[in-house]
Amino acid sequence: MADERTQPLLADLAVGDVVATGTVELDRARLVRYAGASGDFNPIHWDEHFATGVGLPDVIAHGMLTMGSVVGVVADWAGDPGAVVAYQTRFTKPVPVPRDGTAVVEVSAAVGAIDADAGTVRVDLTVTHEGAKVLGRSQATVRLS
Amino acid sequence: MANPDFAGREYPATAPYSVGREKLREFSSAVGAAHPAHHDLVAARGLGYPDLVAPPTFAVVVAQRAEAQYVQDPDAGIDFSRVVHADERFTHHRPIVAGDELVTVLHVDSVTERAGIAMVTTRCEIFAAAADDGAPEPVATVSSSLVIRGEDS
Repeated sequence: MADERTQPLLADLAVGDVVATGTVELDRARLVRYAGASGDFNPIHWDEHFATGVGLPDVIAHGMLTMGSVVGVVADWAGDPGAVVAYQTRFTKPVPVPRDGTAVVEVSAAVGAIDADAGTVRVDLTVTHEGAKVLGRSQATVRLS
Repeated sequence: MANPDFAGREYPATAPYSVGREKLREFSSAVGAAHPAHHDLVAARGLGYPDLVAPPTFAVVVAQRAEAQYVQDPDAGIDFSRVVHADERFTHHRPIVAGDELVTVLHVDSVTERAGIAMVTTRCEIFAAAADDGAPEPVATVSSSLVIRGEDS
């Protein structure tokens, strides 16, 4: 019952196509909100004193918050969040979140591979903070018709 | 340091996790997942789902509860103040929807140590509890690797 008008077609895609871009702004309140919603209460994500005490530069965002936030552009592009049948990443660099202001994370999603037989496209996400990659080998597999 | 004896261990299935609509809305808002299928029942049903759809990383909420059996076991030797999340991988056999009753079987796939750095990899096999006496339905596989820095690093 998918709405065809809003969903991309596999046949229209080529490797290298940038299909979506976006910006995610993270502040301390967002981290606390994610902690509550996810159940991950590790104090490195909300207690500056604790974070610096274990050698971190500042409070850092949950890797899972960064991972979970940037994939939204892929779900929106696909037109159906359930079309994201696989999603993986490496956490290569922490995202420090200052007490004041926000940490800005940028995402660009491009077609990495097309599997016509399986009816899936691999979307590679480039995710950066202050010009440095924070996620590595970040790939979403999307089922399209 | 991480106890290598845990490698290969498989835990009994957890008690069911009940996926609620408001939990999906709360989690979706926390990660900024704005697609209407996470929030609006009409939109979700319009896409063919029986109820609200979970965002792609929601399964971590279910998986973390199962992983706690291992990482919080004092015998496992995992000092959480020294843990760094190294990677995470989701495979969805079908989307998670509100109303699901999910049980998880946790596997410790590997425990390795090199130069004072330990790495543990866990895998959660998440199933929908069968409504009758049928076999549980595979829903998602969540693999996670943690790096544990040594005392001196």
